[in-house]
Amino acid sequence: MDHIISVIVENKFGVLSRVAGLFSGRGFNIESLSVAPTLDPSMSMMTIVTTGDDRIIEQIVKQLNKLIDVIKVVDLNESEFVERETALIKVHTKPEDRAEALRIADIFRASVIDSTPTTYTIEITGDVNKIEAIINLLQPLGIKELARTGRVAIAREPLRPAAMQPKRVAKE
Amino acid sequence: MKLTGAEIFLECLKREGVKTLFALPGGVVLKIFDILHQQKDVNVVLTRHEQGAGHMAEGYAKATGKAGVCLVTSGPGMTNVITALADAYMDSVPLVCFSGQVPTSLIGNDAFQEADNIGLSRPCTKYNFLVKDVNDLAVTIKEAFYVATTGRPGPVLVDIPKDVSMNKADFKYPGSVSIRGYNPTYDGNKWQIKQAAEAIMKARKPILYVGGGVIFSGASEELLELAELTHIPVDMTLMALGAFPGEHPLSMGMLGMHGTYWANMAMHHSDLVIAVGARFDDRVTGKVSEFCPHAKVIHIDIDPTSIRKNVNVDIPIVGDCKSVLRELTQILRATVNGDQKDLRKPWLEQIREWQRSHPLAYEQDPNGAIKPQHLIKRVFELTKDRDPIVATDVGQHQMWSAQYFKLAKPNRWLTSGGLGTMGFGFPAAMGAQAAFPDKLVLCIAGDGSFQMNTQELATAVVSKLPVKVFIVNNRFHGMVRQWQDLFYEGRYASSYLDATPDFIKLAEAYGAVGLRASKVSEVDDVIREAIAVDKPVLVDVPVYQYENCYPMIPAGGCNHEMILTDPPELKKKQPAGSKVAGEDKDTVLTA
Repeated sequence: MDHIISVIVENKFGVLSRVAGLFSGRGFNIESLSVAPTLDPSMSMMTIVTTGDDRIIEQIVKQLNKLIDVIKVVDLNESEFVERETALIKVHTKPEDRAEALRIADIFRASVIDSTPTTYTIEITGDVNKIEAIINLLQPLGIKELARTGRVAIAREPLRPAAMQPKRVAKE
Repeated sequence: MKLTGAEIFLECLKREGVKTLFALPGGVVLKIFDILHQQKDVNVVLTRHEQGAGHMAEGYAKATGKAGVCLVTSGPGMTNVITALADAYMDSVPLVCFSGQVPTSLIGNDAFQEADNIGLSRPCTKYNFLVKDVNDLAVTIKEAFYVATTGRPGPVLVDIPKDVSMNKADFKYPGSVSIRGYNPTYDGNKWQIKQAAEAIMKARKPILYVGGGVIFSGASEELLELAELTHIPVDMTLMALGAFPGEHPLSMGMLGMHGTYWANMAMHHSDLVIAVGARFDDRVTGKVSEFCPHAKVIHIDIDPTSIRKNVNVDIPIVGDCKSVLRELTQILRATVNGDQKDLRKPWLEQIREWQRSHPLAYEQDPNGAIKPQHLIKRVFELTKDRDPIVATDVGQHQMWSAQYFKLAKPNRWLTSGGLGTMGFGFPAAMGAQAAFPDKLVLCIAGDGSFQMNTQELATAVVSKLPVKVFIVNNRFHGMVRQWQDLFYEGRYASSYLDATPDFIKLAEAYGAVGLRASKVSEVDDVIREAIAVDKPVLVDVPVYQYENCYPMIPAGGCNHEMILTDPPELKKKQPAGSKVAGEDKDTVLTA
């Protein structure tokens, strides 16, 4: 099963190679990886999608924690989370296919962000299934290029019973 | 006042209390050596190869418990020290290695003697730093020592470009540093420790399985207290020898592939394994699926990744061995009553029975050749009053030394465990001697291993490090030959070492003392003679060449299925006699 691990690291040179080296050196898998700075620019967040049984995932989390440049590791699979991925898909369109391409984009609520007489570039955001689905539908038209961000994810905020919700007090 | 990077480097070493630096110069570190040349606070030991510098720093660290420090140049200097870094990483040795680097403006340009030191050392160091600005140098060095010596210790590399050592900055040494991503856990979880205490009280056949972590944590006293209080026998890993007094009735000696029969049997039959600062290495577990089939496992370790890496653990305790053992003993002391001893009686009796039925044994050669075990046993017996530090290389002689040296105290045993680095012993012994000039420091080496760092004889002579090296000379890579005997039908592919030098002449060529024992009757005398000399001594002892090291658990075998002696078909093939292969080629077996 895919596991999504969110890792807060120091935002400095060499950190990516330490994380990547940990995975390659110990024979762990990286399915996808995305990195960007956090609100605090001295830190970055990596979202790593990996696979393995419980023992392997436990080792991955522990080994990541052991890296000195790693500040925090969260195995998102331990609770509810939401995930998204964005893909940019450049589709070949013959004149007779152009309407079909737009229809498909429309079904998925994707948007066309670039257009030439022979291509559309479609932007789509969603979970992995959604992205796989639109790729499948567009493939017969001819996909010229495909760029995917890899998944990013964030834990869902736990729902508290209504009684515990902070009361809204109208401002005077 | 502003100081140059090189001067800051020296000041930092002084603040860290570094007395000895193992080093070899080169172009980009000349400024640093120039400063070192003009001072007397830090003793610079010039080695003949950077690998030697690294291992000496390791020996220094293992003997003192403090960080060992070495300094090498860029490019080949760095690549040469990698073996020592990898060795230190595997065995958790606190080491700070400084490497020179080409000037920052040239980094990445494939400059002369440039190597990607950070990239090269990343997988074999606990952490590494590239110092790009002289203003960061002091705090980086402070952080390097902090990381190397805290938590699970390990090697740290500090890469210093040439311009950084020459540029000037204000010197201010931080009193302490903190790194937000690095917070080792020292105190064990109290509830878990309580669970462990309860498990110990219930257990009928418990065994303490202790590793090198006990030594680095300085927990020997706490271990002794716990074992004596609860009457639990102690199995030691190769790295832990000395952590528990070797001649104590509860000491089982070493366990694992070449461990004692009773240590391995006790492990296999126990109902509670209490692992302390050990990491369930494959040389200890054998076949993991059949490892300790009846036992609950308590694992105390400062490194969370060690826990449940190889075997399942019932009660994990992340923390420093010393504090966890102390707390555990406190709980047990408050609850244990006298009949704990009676409860253990059948178990200890069973172990005594194993000891009686399968003692460590070897037969003297009918033709008078010296048996390697005899030599090693006599070295131990004739030196133990002087509480020596003993280093070993890697191979058969290392395992025999581990079996026969029943060390009484920690930090006396210098060996390469995890990486199994041949050539480790001699420089490591020198490192320890540099730390303790008045102590007797021994090195048990193989002829193959010794030749991997022979050049350091010059260092031993020039730097007045009077280590006593005993070469267990069988003109073979003995352990390789043993495996070839047992698993490759005796085909000695590249294990025979032709043209082994005359070690007496070799020693004398460097200005050291060379001695030799050729007969069993000469062994004691040569040992006494060697330890009486105040100079580096190389003692060549040609031994029976085909001796194999037992007990042995074949790789991937189960812990209670030990090979205890040469199989009969092998015995027939071995030439009896004292002939040394090489003098008479016929004695070399070729299948």
